[in-house]
Amino acid sequence: MDWKRFGFIALIIIVLFGTVVMIGQVKQPPVLIITSMLATTIAVATPLTLGALSGVFCERAGVVNIGIEGMMLTSAFFGWLGAIYMFHVFGMGIGISITLGVFFAILTGALMALLHAVLSITFKVDQIIGGTVINILAVGLTGFLNRQLFFGAGSVFGGSVPNSPGVLPTIHIPLREIFTPLCGTSTACLVNLTAINRVFDQKPIAIGAILLVFFSHYILFNTRWGLRTRAVGEHPKAADTVGINVAQMRYLNVLIGGMFAGLAGAYFTIESVPSFEPLLTNGRGFISLAAMIFGNWTPIGAWAASLVFGASQALLINMQIFRDVIPPQWSFLQESYIVGLTPYILTMFILTGIIGKTTPPAADGVPYEK
Amino acid sequence: MQSEKQSNSLTRQILQSVSDASLVPFLAILTAVVVGGVIIKLVGGDPILAYRGLIQGSFGSTKALSETAVWATPYIFAGLAVALAFKGGLFNIGAEGQLAVGAVASSLVGYALPEWLGYDLPIVIHLPLAIIFGVLMGGIWASIVGALKAYTGGHEVINTIMMNYIALNTTSFLLNGVMKDRSPTNVIARTPLIADSARIPPIFDGLRVHWGFVLALLVAFLIWWLLNKTTLGFQIRTVGLNPDAAKYAGINVKRIIILTMALSGMLAGMAGTIEVTGLNYRHELGFSIGYGYDAIAIALLGKSHPLGVVLAAFLFAAMRNGATRMQFLTQMPVDLISMIQAFILLFVAADAIVRYIYRIKAKGERVVLTRGWGG
Repeated sequence: MDWKRFGFIALIIIVLFGTVVMIGQVKQPPVLIITSMLATTIAVATPLTLGALSGVFCERAGVVNIGIEGMMLTSAFFGWLGAIYMFHVFGMGIGISITLGVFFAILTGALMALLHAVLSITFKVDQIIGGTVINILAVGLTGFLNRQLFFGAGSVFGGSVPNSPGVLPTIHIPLREIFTPLCGTSTACLVNLTAINRVFDQKPIAIGAILLVFFSHYILFNTRWGLRTRAVGEHPKAADTVGINVAQMRYLNVLIGGMFAGLAGAYFTIESVPSFEPLLTNGRGFISLAAMIFGNWTPIGAWAASLVFGASQALLINMQIFRDVIPPQWSFLQESYIVGLTPYILTMFILTGIIGKTTPPAADGVPYEK
Repeated sequence: MQSEKQSNSLTRQILQSVSDASLVPFLAILTAVVVGGVIIKLVGGDPILAYRGLIQGSFGSTKALSETAVWATPYIFAGLAVALAFKGGLFNIGAEGQLAVGAVASSLVGYALPEWLGYDLPIVIHLPLAIIFGVLMGGIWASIVGALKAYTGGHEVINTIMMNYIALNTTSFLLNGVMKDRSPTNVIARTPLIADSARIPPIFDGLRVHWGFVLALLVAFLIWWLLNKTTLGFQIRTVGLNPDAAKYAGINVKRIIILTMALSGMLAGMAGTIEVTGLNYRHELGFSIGYGYDAIAIALLGKSHPLGVVLAAFLFAAMRNGATRMQFLTQMPVDLISMIQAFILLFVAADAIVRYIYRIKAKGERVVLTRGWGG
């Protein structure tokens, strides 16, 4: 990640935030708008960040993974289903059910990744086709089970979708409580402090994703594991010669990637909303691949790129909130279908490489033949 | 004597190559059907009854056969679209978007052109116009991705998917706005009905199968001819096999990439166009969803050969068509079909698995699409 790239990311985010502030300022003070938009950006960037991390681990080890979308979708379904089963069928508490749901989602991601690893590493299937198989399988599997388990003959739920036990709670980081004495008697200061605090009050997976970004960076660039991972992705032959087990390293990294994708899936149905609908991932697995590419296969770069996409989604949400105060000459911003194009067009723009060429790992996508 | 012997060995060679090419897909289908049966059993259904319903519903009567052909028509076009791109070394996941754009474009010509002109057009002018416009829009939509690939290296896999979402958003915008059917009872996002002069007539009275089906078979032959008997086809295949070699052989690789994508998009656009002009007589939002993935599965199952694509399209059409009957007999949801299809694709794509199960030796070339990401 060079400064040109970070500059571009900052520019886009400023433009997106600026648009919302300019339109919304007649309704709310800028500080409130910016903080609420930041909070939304961080939250909605979560699955993209995790998806991009998934891609980073797979591709640094030399396995292209376009099945992230399918892994996310399957994990979202099974995480949600697991939580429902624990709660309704096994009668567990709400907290335990939800936690186990997250666990199931991660496990599902790992299992889907195992399939990808078997296809691409053991059977040496073309990795893009293997990923497509995962995506198609995910759509078929979740669509079928979603209907069969709830509406099929002999369903324990007897023809209706039961309520999920709920979503993960927001974790309150007590900035307001700590810094309140600094404000003294000023009410404005207190209002701003509360608004700023809201940016940091995120749900567990969102916070976890950010921690995982830095953790992944450390693992990849400062540990023996990371060195070996990058070695099998750049020059598997050389790695093999010095005694690194190429297939094993690739398998494990793809599995780790699958777990990240699984956690991203849990975001959709356990952290964001407590329900599942077919195709709910809506292309975010693919957008996270673009984030990974723009981030030049580094965790921190990929995170920064995910934030751009998060911000463009936050723009869409805020344009709906400020719908009634959009000036007539900007009326196209009222059309959610048009504003909704932003992340997709941004992705294509970024992939042109105008903002600087990126270099994938040298052996990315190449099966290793001894 | 000598020539008889030669022709004999030639026939045997052809037979050998056909059986080689179809053995693995056949075993893949067989394996997927068995896996599907196990799943049906696991969720408490009767596999035999389900499959009987599937076959009855797709081939059991003249009407069922006609409906299978109706389903097969867009599948053939869309499958050819992906197959042609595969031949050129490109992976077109965007058939869905190109199909939607084609469908919107030809329904616009279908319903709005007579209104703009103020008089009715004869079918010999209106229908070809509607089809050509839809096909062209599909081609233009896809060639954007081709141009990005050729000039910037932006990978077509991500770009075609992004174009799918852009197409979906744009059609939602149009079908909920300027192109919405304004009839008083309508609440869904769809266009008005196209004029009679823009409709493809049915082949037989009382059956829905229309001349678009014959057109699909014709186009399949045309694509075979293009790929195997023309210079352009040779160039497309050469670029697909080895772009570097193609470049040194003096082929304009960039031009071929854009052209391949455009042709592929035109075929996908044709799928949408034919559904509008031959079957639904309008475009409705959400109709195109799922076609892109089905098209990939069909192209892979058909080994990217036009004849294989036609056969695979028939198989998928029969499954989709028979699913309703299966649901009626066994209460198995239609989505089961998607899952069996996913398994077919899994076993076809990972032919190594099938070879491993049935102990068949590997033969022929392997599909290679992953040449690293551009950017």
